[in-house]
Amino acid sequence: MRRYLIRQLVQLVVVILGISILAFSILHIIGDPVTLLLPQNAGKEEYIRYKHLMGLDQPIWVQYWKFATGAVQGDFGRSWYGNAPAFRLVVDRMPPTIYLTLAGLGVALLIALPLGVLAALKRHSFVDTLCTLLAVAGQAMPIFWLGIMLIIIFAVRLRLLPASGYGTWQNFIMPAFCLGAFLAPITMRLVRSGIIEVMNMEFIKTARAKGVAERMVVVKHAFRNACIPVITVLGLQFGQLLGGAFITETVFAWPGVATLTVDSIRNQDFPVVQCAVVLLALIIVIVNAFVDLLVGLIDPRIRAGA
Amino acid sequence: MAVGPSATVTTAGLQAPAAPESAGAAWRRLGRLKWGVGGAAVFLVVVLSAVLAPVISPHDPLSVDIRHRMAPPAWMDGGTRQHLLGTDQIGRDLLSRVIWGGRVSLVVGVSAVLLSATIGVLFGLAAGYFAGRVDWSIMTLINVMLTFPFVLLALAVIAVLGPSVPNMIMVLGATGWPVYARIIRAETFALREREFVVAARALGMSHLRIIFGQILPNLISPIVVVATLQIAQVIILESFLSFLGLGVQPPTPAWGNMLGEGRVYMLNSWWIAAFPGLAIFITTLVINLMGNGLRDWLDPHMKL
Repeated sequence: MRRYLIRQLVQLVVVILGISILAFSILHIIGDPVTLLLPQNAGKEEYIRYKHLMGLDQPIWVQYWKFATGAVQGDFGRSWYGNAPAFRLVVDRMPPTIYLTLAGLGVALLIALPLGVLAALKRHSFVDTLCTLLAVAGQAMPIFWLGIMLIIIFAVRLRLLPASGYGTWQNFIMPAFCLGAFLAPITMRLVRSGIIEVMNMEFIKTARAKGVAERMVVVKHAFRNACIPVITVLGLQFGQLLGGAFITETVFAWPGVATLTVDSIRNQDFPVVQCAVVLLALIIVIVNAFVDLLVGLIDPRIRAGA
Repeated sequence: MAVGPSATVTTAGLQAPAAPESAGAAWRRLGRLKWGVGGAAVFLVVVLSAVLAPVISPHDPLSVDIRHRMAPPAWMDGGTRQHLLGTDQIGRDLLSRVIWGGRVSLVVGVSAVLLSATIGVLFGLAAGYFAGRVDWSIMTLINVMLTFPFVLLALAVIAVLGPSVPNMIMVLGATGWPVYARIIRAETFALREREFVVAARALGMSHLRIIFGQILPNLISPIVVVATLQIAQVIILESFLSFLGLGVQPPTPAWGNMLGEGRVYMLNSWWIAAFPGLAIFITTLVINLMGNGLRDWLDPHMKL
């Protein structure tokens, strides 16, 4: 277990280092902050003066070091647009994004678990075919379009739900469903294949031979074991989930990190973009590491094998 | 996070010796894939309509007909035969714009996939074949890339580079490769121990010749399948960027920017947003059907 933990930790550090390098190079190597910041008609002298003022005439590794040491202390510079620390702006917008992600995950599980189990138990039945169709359609559905269609139907036509905004439980329904629909197809397929695999195992036969009721076989024996791959993949899919939340937010004007990021991109406010990218990636890495750990705890075979 | 070669189930090691198949059997196998064939047929229609857009679209996609602003589709009250799917906020014909919009999406989708497949396959081959330190470095890079949501990475780069079609192809191509690299790496791991590779090495073949002459030809099926499915993903992402106004810029019609413009008018004119989105949905749906069918046809045991 100790070696497993150390290996995980080393990998965590390397990935975080990689993230910081990537986030740094997006702005500093692919782009040029001075050109982005100065008005287009600024002269060459102005350019050089600002380059010196911002410390951008120093060697690239010195700049990276300054960025990295600042970032570790939560200092991503000040927003170029609003006069506030970028870190503060991003952290303030974090809770809505997290609530939306959790709500979406909940909806996805509510859809995927029952349908996946049913499809696995009654293979090639009507339910199974329906699930396959839903999964195929769900994976092809652009969620920003789904969101707009939901708004047109439920907010504009039927006037049942608010079209956008944040605060009441009604505000959660459409965004959470949207995000849930994004994640449900893959979860459903995982649950289905997980259950099918487990149902063929020896201990299921043993349970049946002992005379355990079929319902209990499914609930107590099969479902629990099928959960491991589902947890693993859901954990690793967390990045995708956050990406989905990102898209959903922009459709419903949800006041989370995504709307902040998109607004900052429109305003060319790069410290905020950089900070949002790093913090989101950090959350994903930590969740992934946590899931790895959890799965390692549940299943000793994984600790030994990986 | 990294999955070692021992933990990855690959198809390459499990393949039964392929028996020669009669033409009749091949056709029967194709018959079982009616969903895939149907998807491919519809996809062909989408591609043809995009290619033939100047010929088949009823109007110029940019011509403004201010008298028929926000006309509803032909089957609704107030719709005209002239504009089958209605018109947008400045009276441009929606059907023509949807037909033309397919061009951008398909060009970006296919070019970005070609780019990312090339990068991903090269990295995957190198990691799988050389193993050891090369593998470790590439896997770390893959893990870092996969940590970022695809959307976020693409957005951040586009924000710095500025929106344009070539930039979008570059960004989507440069961020999409880890998907291929992971699969190709796992398959290469399995192949490098097979007799024909060992024999090639014993014969003194160079690494390059073994990789491209012996290993790569065995990986064509998974590459084709993943690339097909990825086209759909890239089209969705391109549309999303254009939807946000960070992709294809108006007035050039693209499904994404039409959807973004239509969103503003959804209170009164739902069709402006509905039809471009429907076009994205149908296109990605048939590409997925085609990709799944292709997988079943090429190798039913493939685990992707």
